[in-house]
Amino acid sequence: MNTPPSWSGSSLLVFKPRPSLPAPRQTVGIIGWLRTNLFNGWFNSLLTVIALGLLWQTVPPLLSWAIFDAVWTGGSDACPPGYEGACWVFIFNKFRVLMVGLYPGDLLWRPMLAGGIFVTLAAVTVLRLMNPGKLIALWFLLPLPFYWLIAGGLGLTAVDQSLWGGLMLSLGLATIGVLISLPLGILLALGRRSNVAIVKSICVGIIEPVRGVPLITILFMASVMMPLFLPVGLNINNLLRVQIGIILFSAAYMAEVVRGGLQAISLGQYDAAKSLGLNYWKTTALIVLPQALRHVIPSLIGRCIALFKDTSLVIIVGLLDFLGMVKASAQDPEWLGHDTEAYVFCALVFWIICFSMSRYGRSLERQKEEE
Amino acid sequence: MISQDIMIQMIDVNKWYGNFHVLKEINLTVHKGERIVICGPSGSGKSTLIRCINRLEEHQEGRIIVDGIELTKNLKNIEKIRSEVGMVFQSFNLFPHLTILQNLTFAPIWARRMPRAEAEKIATKHLERVRIPEQADKFPGQLSGGQQQRVAIARALCMNPKIMLFDEPTSALDPEMIKEVLDVMIELANEGITMICVSHEMGFAKTVANRVIFMDGGEIVEENEPNEFFNNPRWDRTQLFLSQIL
Repeated sequence: MNTPPSWSGSSLLVFKPRPSLPAPRQTVGIIGWLRTNLFNGWFNSLLTVIALGLLWQTVPPLLSWAIFDAVWTGGSDACPPGYEGACWVFIFNKFRVLMVGLYPGDLLWRPMLAGGIFVTLAAVTVLRLMNPGKLIALWFLLPLPFYWLIAGGLGLTAVDQSLWGGLMLSLGLATIGVLISLPLGILLALGRRSNVAIVKSICVGIIEPVRGVPLITILFMASVMMPLFLPVGLNINNLLRVQIGIILFSAAYMAEVVRGGLQAISLGQYDAAKSLGLNYWKTTALIVLPQALRHVIPSLIGRCIALFKDTSLVIIVGLLDFLGMVKASAQDPEWLGHDTEAYVFCALVFWIICFSMSRYGRSLERQKEEE
Repeated sequence: MISQDIMIQMIDVNKWYGNFHVLKEINLTVHKGERIVICGPSGSGKSTLIRCINRLEEHQEGRIIVDGIELTKNLKNIEKIRSEVGMVFQSFNLFPHLTILQNLTFAPIWARRMPRAEAEKIATKHLERVRIPEQADKFPGQLSGGQQQRVAIARALCMNPKIMLFDEPTSALDPEMIKEVLDVMIELANEGITMICVSHEMGFAKTVANRVIFMDGGEIVEENEPNEFFNNPRWDRTQLFLSQIL
């Protein structure tokens, strides 16, 4: 309280704000942070000490294995059996197979070009260098030239699909999977909410059975059983069948995610759009979906990540995707005993890609919140 | 200002929600330029009645003819009527992902195929009319309830409707904001647009309505010009209702 000066009655009291004082030293800065986060009470302090001990036990050996004692140059004889450090030479040596599988060495520029364009487009998307409409159009157009580059034909040497593999195959299956299953999932979700009984039953009839079986089952069906049912002469190749299986599986899940978003839209939005004379498709495309999809961005990104990881199951039906190539490389008799390096590298690549998608999803959410 | 041209005609209209009879034998004729206020207790079918006029609800029996077009299952007719009938809702129902200006230009551009520049010109004109031109680039969530409702009115006006339907436009507003919305509605009424308004604002009914309708239990109980309606109701049910809200 300000002590009231004597009031003469002729003028108003003058209020003078007190100066701000610095906060007590224990509550701010590094010391403050340590006190509130790491040493806040005896139990917390104990946990901090134990955690520090564990880190001390694990991090230095890990670093010396992965970096200081690791072998970075040389041939297959550079890491003798029983050597303590990581043998990254093995990864360097196998890098090409891990990335593109058995793709012919003299045509390597084709997947490299495709990969370059892919990474560029991904960067443009993440950094938002282009307007969303054009970006989406580009993503949907891209698979065609990519297919031409990888498969050949029309002037390029044809490369058989049994030679495709590695990360290229995983990313290809996942990208095309997302590009087709998302719109398909949206249509299924809309159909499931349709008033037309036949449309609704068809959509439920697709979504529920597909969601009810594991992806492995679908891949087996696509790879082994579908050819038995196809008419003689109609021969869809294995890769395409597997891709269709992945798309169906993913679309069923996307549909349920999108349906959740659709349910969050109030009926008043439909009333307003109808009362302005807008038809069903315009209302859906321009009023309902933009809001519904915004609500479910986190789950949709989650589905994309899951889809990318799920592609590693195609190894079951004989396709050599990234994980398949990692496994095959680890069994190379010339490089025996390097499973650890192979799987650590595999995990690292998966993690980088999935984590990037996750971060991109977060930034999308934040951007929408600001609007 | 009221001419003999009939804008809306409802003949023996019946409607059920499942087994519940919400509208019973509704007969109503609205002439061009009329300003009608519908009141009545909740659940009496007021909202359902005006929502039938632009087919947000479907009636099962009877005929509804709006500006010479009969409402049937014909989708073309329904869209045509909807673009001639503007509607304002209790809960505003602005499109939250679009700016105020985009909310206003949306229907002219997408339902009428109007060029963007022209639609924006018209939108700006109507925003000035409801006295919030400075909010054009904000999103609905950034506006007060009264401002949002005025935007909703402007949005309906951008389609240049012959009829305006108001479904309890001030019921969701703070007392201080009711006046700013009513002022805009009074101005509209004075310009001669045909209006049907579900409302409990009896002051508004007295100033602008040329007919007040009282509904209960899905029926039109009483309709009269406002002076007679308020001072000299003919039915006991009307008198009871008026004694409770006035």
